[in-house]
Amino acid sequence: MFAATELNQRDKNTQTLFRMGFMLVTALLILPVLLILATLVYKGGSIISAEFLFGDPTNGMREGGIFPALYGTVWLVAVALLVSVPLGVAAAVYLSEYAGDNWFTRVINLAIINLAGVPSIVHALFGVGAFVLFFGIGTSILAASLTLAIMTLPVVIVATRESLQAVPREFREACWNMGATRWQTIRRVVLPNAVSGILTGVILEVSRTTGETAPIMFTGAAFFLPFLPESVFDQTMALSLHLYVITTQVPGVPEALPFGVALVLIGMVLLMNSFSIALRMWLRGRKKW
Amino acid sequence: MNSPARDDYAVHTVMLNLWYGTFQALFDINLDVKKGIITSLIGPSGCGKSTYLRSVNRINERLGYVRTEGTIEVLGKNILDANVEILQVRKQIGMVFQRPNPLPLSIRDNILFGHNIHMRGQKSSKFDREDVVESALRRVLLWDKVKDRLQRKATELSLEEQQKLCIARLLPVKPAVLLMDEPCSALDPKGTEAVEELIWELRGDFTILIVTHNMAQARRASEECIFMLMGKVIEHGATEEVFLTPRQSETADYIEGRYG
Ligand SMILES: Nc1ncnc2c1ncn2[C@@H]1O[C@H](COP(=O)(O)OP(=O)(O)OP(=O)(O)O)[C@@H](O)[C@H]1O
Ligand SMILES: [Mg+2]
Repeated sequence: MFAATELNQRDKNTQTLFRMGFMLVTALLILPVLLILATLVYKGGSIISAEFLFGDPTNGMREGGIFPALYGTVWLVAVALLVSVPLGVAAAVYLSEYAGDNWFTRVINLAIINLAGVPSIVHALFGVGAFVLFFGIGTSILAASLTLAIMTLPVVIVATRESLQAVPREFREACWNMGATRWQTIRRVVLPNAVSGILTGVILEVSRTTGETAPIMFTGAAFFLPFLPESVFDQTMALSLHLYVITTQVPGVPEALPFGVALVLIGMVLLMNSFSIALRMWLRGRKKW
Repeated sequence: MNSPARDDYAVHTVMLNLWYGTFQALFDINLDVKKGIITSLIGPSGCGKSTYLRSVNRINERLGYVRTEGTIEVLGKNILDANVEILQVRKQIGMVFQRPNPLPLSIRDNILFGHNIHMRGQKSSKFDREDVVESALRRVLLWDKVKDRLQRKATELSLEEQQKLCIARLLPVKPAVLLMDEPCSALDPKGTEAVEELIWELRGDFTILIVTHNMAQARRASEECIFMLMGKVIEHGATEEVFLTPRQSETADYIEGRYG
């Protein structure tokens, strides 16, 4: 009794086979990421230094630092977030907490899905047409950030809506039953419990915004500027565009330079991501359910 | 039937009909729930007990496709009137659910949730709030158990304690009526007994309307009993009479377990 039959043994072998197979595929997925990072560090690591990070580019961008681009990217991302997060969260709260299921919300949902699928170059053209020309903002951080914000809005909306809907219905009913209005319910119970999910959307958005080139190229980012932007109405340099420029437009750039810039770009994304993930974990720990 | 003064009733329902879309769930409900006692609501699954309960605090409306006709007077005022403020209705009528549903907040904030909403604008010092928390928890016999961990998550409590907390959080806004929809059905026998005891304890200060599938519980813990069947009220009387000498044959059949 209880001895393994031949059938058991066969099932076990199949089971092992599949487990190993899935593990292999997963490992293969991580491989490119590791390879990219390794290449960047290997080829560009040597150039990273305080002067590189905080110095100005010199000699037609063939030498020197990248500070103006770094600074510009921080501005672009920050302003884009400042616009898209409040807008996106507000829209998601309306869609998930107030609006019923009717043709209006269905049209909006469709629009959001389609917006998410629009290529970034189209967003760029829209940005030029709408913000730069129509609203007369001119090529500037503001125009570029607004373009980025529009592009990333769907991610924020979808992530927020999903995390709002993950808050159990019973909580809402409990609040309503105690005579809380919808807004009181949202503010005191629903939103606090959805923050960690909303942050996930924001993390995704930060990564994407940092790396985008096309949408900012025509709307506010410049190839080279001899000064830092002073307000959101100035143009600025940006890391992603800088990388594009020195790899394609400037002859005679030492090999380490573009790899160094790429490394800084990725480093920035990783840094912001880990910060948000830490924040999210902290918020989750405080969650009361 | 000689009609006692209207004032004796906490809930006075006249010809209540309710539809979910095209499906009629309640038929000509005439029901008077007396003030200050416990009334139990029994009947087979799907007969409309929850539906009736949920129309008394108008929570059914949230569904959007519910239509109601008739009147439900609570403390002498028809709550289905157009000019009634629904938030005030819910303040007067607290509800306890089948599954304990403490809010994802601390124990203390659960108790203060309703208080903070309804007592806004009136000055309430921190000292008052501590009083509110303590007296509500004392009232549900939970104070000694939780007084040292008021800041902990309410969901860490046992189900029985959670259900008591759900009752306690209604008390600070001083509701007149407590609606309970199978409040013990998620609890073990010991928890059931404790919560039943508590409900009995609250009698007098509140009018309590409790839905239960547990005949023994209805018999033990209520003074009047309503039997519903397929959206209609079949019998309503003193609990002992309903159980010992039911007037309708359907009631007898149900009590003797001849329905599901
Ligand atoms: N949200 C709803 N939409 C449509 N029909 C519903 C809804 N809720 C209840 N019903 C229907 O109304 C009738 C009464 O339901 P109700 O929940 O009031 O019964 P109940 O007596 O509480 O049953 P149970 O003992 O199972 O809780 C049932 O036939 C049910 O299918
Ligand atoms: Mg029910």
